[in-house]
Amino acid sequence: MTTAKKIKEPFGDRLFLLGIYIFLTLLMLAVLYPLLYIISSSLSSPRAVVSGQVWLLPVEFSLKAYKSIFHSSQLMYGYYNTIIYTVFGTLINLVFTVLLAYPLSVKSFYGRNFVMILMMITMFFSGGLIPTYLLVKDLDMLDTRWAMWLPGAFSVFQVIVARTFFQSSIPSELSEAAQIDGCRDTRYLVSIVLPLSKPILAVLTLMYAVGHWNAYFDALIYLRSEKLFPLQYVLRNLLILNASDPEMLANTAQKIREQGFEQALKYALIVVASVPVLIMYPFVQKHFVKGVMIGSLKG
Amino acid sequence: MNHAQVNALEKTELHDLPFKSKLTTWKKITRHWELYFLVFLPVLYLIIFKYVPMIGVQIAFKDFNVVQGIWGSQWVGLKHFETFFTSPNFWLVIKNTLGISFYSLLAGFPIPILLALALNEVRTGKFKKSVQMVTYAPHFISTVVMVSIVMLMLTPHVGVIDRLFSFLGWEMTNFMGVPEFFKSIYVWSGVWQEMGYASIIYIAALASVDPSLYEAARVDGASRWKKIIYIDLPSLLPITVIMLILSLGSVMGVGFEKIYLMQNPLNLSSSEVISTYVYKVGLVGANFSFSSAVGLFNSVINLILLLTVNFVAKKISETSLW
Repeated sequence: MTTAKKIKEPFGDRLFLLGIYIFLTLLMLAVLYPLLYIISSSLSSPRAVVSGQVWLLPVEFSLKAYKSIFHSSQLMYGYYNTIIYTVFGTLINLVFTVLLAYPLSVKSFYGRNFVMILMMITMFFSGGLIPTYLLVKDLDMLDTRWAMWLPGAFSVFQVIVARTFFQSSIPSELSEAAQIDGCRDTRYLVSIVLPLSKPILAVLTLMYAVGHWNAYFDALIYLRSEKLFPLQYVLRNLLILNASDPEMLANTAQKIREQGFEQALKYALIVVASVPVLIMYPFVQKHFVKGVMIGSLKG
Repeated sequence: MNHAQVNALEKTELHDLPFKSKLTTWKKITRHWELYFLVFLPVLYLIIFKYVPMIGVQIAFKDFNVVQGIWGSQWVGLKHFETFFTSPNFWLVIKNTLGISFYSLLAGFPIPILLALALNEVRTGKFKKSVQMVTYAPHFISTVVMVSIVMLMLTPHVGVIDRLFSFLGWEMTNFMGVPEFFKSIYVWSGVWQEMGYASIIYIAALASVDPSLYEAARVDGASRWKKIIYIDLPSLLPITVIMLILSLGSVMGVGFEKIYLMQNPLNLSSSEVISTYVYKVGLVGANFSFSSAVGLFNSVINLILLLTVNFVAKKISETSLW
C-alpha cells in the first residue's frame, strides 16, 4: 500500500486500524509473557523464585538450576533416547509418506482410488487404544524402540499434503518425457520427483520431527524400561507427577521452603527441553506455514 | 461425437492415445507395475496396524482373556455396553467430554478467525511478521511442557498468577485442585497455545482474495469495517465451514494427552473424559473388553457426528469434506 493511500484514509478507518494495532500488540504480549516468565525464573536464584519475587526479569541471576539438572542421568538418557526416536522415526515417516503419496499422485495408477479409500477410512475410524495395544503386544514390540517408531509410521494428513504437492507442483510433461525415454516409475521418483520436492520434504521432516520430539503418549502406553524413556516422559515424571503430588499442594510455608529448590529446577527443565525446538523455530517457521497451506488445499 | 465420447476423450491422457483409451485392465496394471512395488509396504502397514485392530475391536463383544486370545474368547453380546451405559461414570464422562469440547469450540474457534482478520488489516511488514512469529510459537511447545507451564504459573504462593490474585486481594487457591476451574484452565491455555497456528489457514484464505474486490470497494468509499463485513467474511466462509465440520465431527474425541496430564484426584469430577477413562479402565485396570466397548462407542458416535454435520453442511452451504 502506498503512503498516498494512507493519507487519504478517513478518520474512522485510521481509528479502526489503531484499535487493531492495540489488539494485536496486547495479544502478542499475552503470548510472550509466560515464555519470558519461565525463562527469567530459570535464570533466577531458587530463593527468589520460591519467595515469589520474579515478575518479568531474572532476580538474583543464577545458573544453579541449570548446573544441577545436567547431573541427572535420567534426563540425559531421556535426551539421548528422544534424539534416537526423532532421527529414525522421522526417517521412517518420510519413506512411508513418499512411498504412499507418490503412487497416489499418479492419475493413471490403476487401483489408486482403492488405496486412497483404504487410507481415508483409517482417518475417520480406528480400532482404538486397546486393540492397537494388543496388536503391538502380539507383535512382541512392547517395551522396544519399535513401539515408538512403527505404530505411527506415517500420518494420513501428511500423505495428503505430499500427494497434493506432487500433483500440483511437478509438471505432468516431465512424466511423459521420462516415459518416452524409457524411465520407469521408481527411477522417475528417485531422480526427478524427489529432487524437485525439496520444499515439501523439508515441511514433512519438520512436522514429523517436532511430533517425535514432543510425544509422550506412546511411551506411556508401550514402554516400561527406564532406559528407553524419551525426554517428554522423563519430564512428565519430574514436572507433573511431582506437581500434582498432594503433599506439595498443601499450603504450608515450611514445606514450600524445603521444596523450593525442586520448584526452581522445573523452570530450567522446561527451558532445556524446549530449547532445540525453539532455536530452530525462527528459521523454519515459513516451512510450517507452507505445510498448513498445502494441507488446506482440497485435493 | 456425442457428449459421452467428448468426455471420454478429455479424460484420456496423452500417452493413452495409441490405445484409444481401450486399455485392458491387465495393461493398465502392467504399465505402472513399479507403483505397486512402491505402494506395497505402506498398504501392508495399513492392513496390519490399522485394519487388524479394527478386527480386534470384536473384543468389545467378548470376554477377552489373554490365554484364549482375541478369537478364542467367549462372545457376550452387548454386555460391556450395557455395563457402561448403566454405570454412574457414563453420564460423568459424557458430560465432561461434551462440556470441554463445546467450551473449546466456543472459545477456540472464533479467535483464530479474529486474529486472521486483524492481521489482514495490517500491511506493514515487520509488525505483522512479529505478531505471526510470536503467536505461532506456542504451538511447538510439547504438551508435557505446556501443562507444566500452566501448573507452575498457578502454583499457590509461588506461581505468578496466584501472586497476582493475592495482590488483587483475592484468596489464594490451589487452582488445579478445584473442579470448577478445570475446564477454563484447559480451554484458555489451549487458546493461548493454538490460536496463532490455527489462524494460518484463514490468513491464507484472506491472502487469496481477488485484490480487485478491495479496489472496487475503495472506489465506492467503503470503510475498513465494511470491507471486512462484505469482502473478508464471505471469502472465509467455505474454509470456516470445513473447519467447523471437522471440529463438530470430533466433539467426542477430546484429546487424551493434555487432559490426562492435567488430572489429579481433586479435579477428577470435571476432568474425566472418555479417552482418559478408556486408558485407565483398559490399560491400567487391564479390563480390555469393557474399555474397547467404551472406545468403540466413542468412535461410532464420532463417525455418525462427522457424517451428519457434513451432510447438513452440504445441504445448507454447498461446502463439504467430500
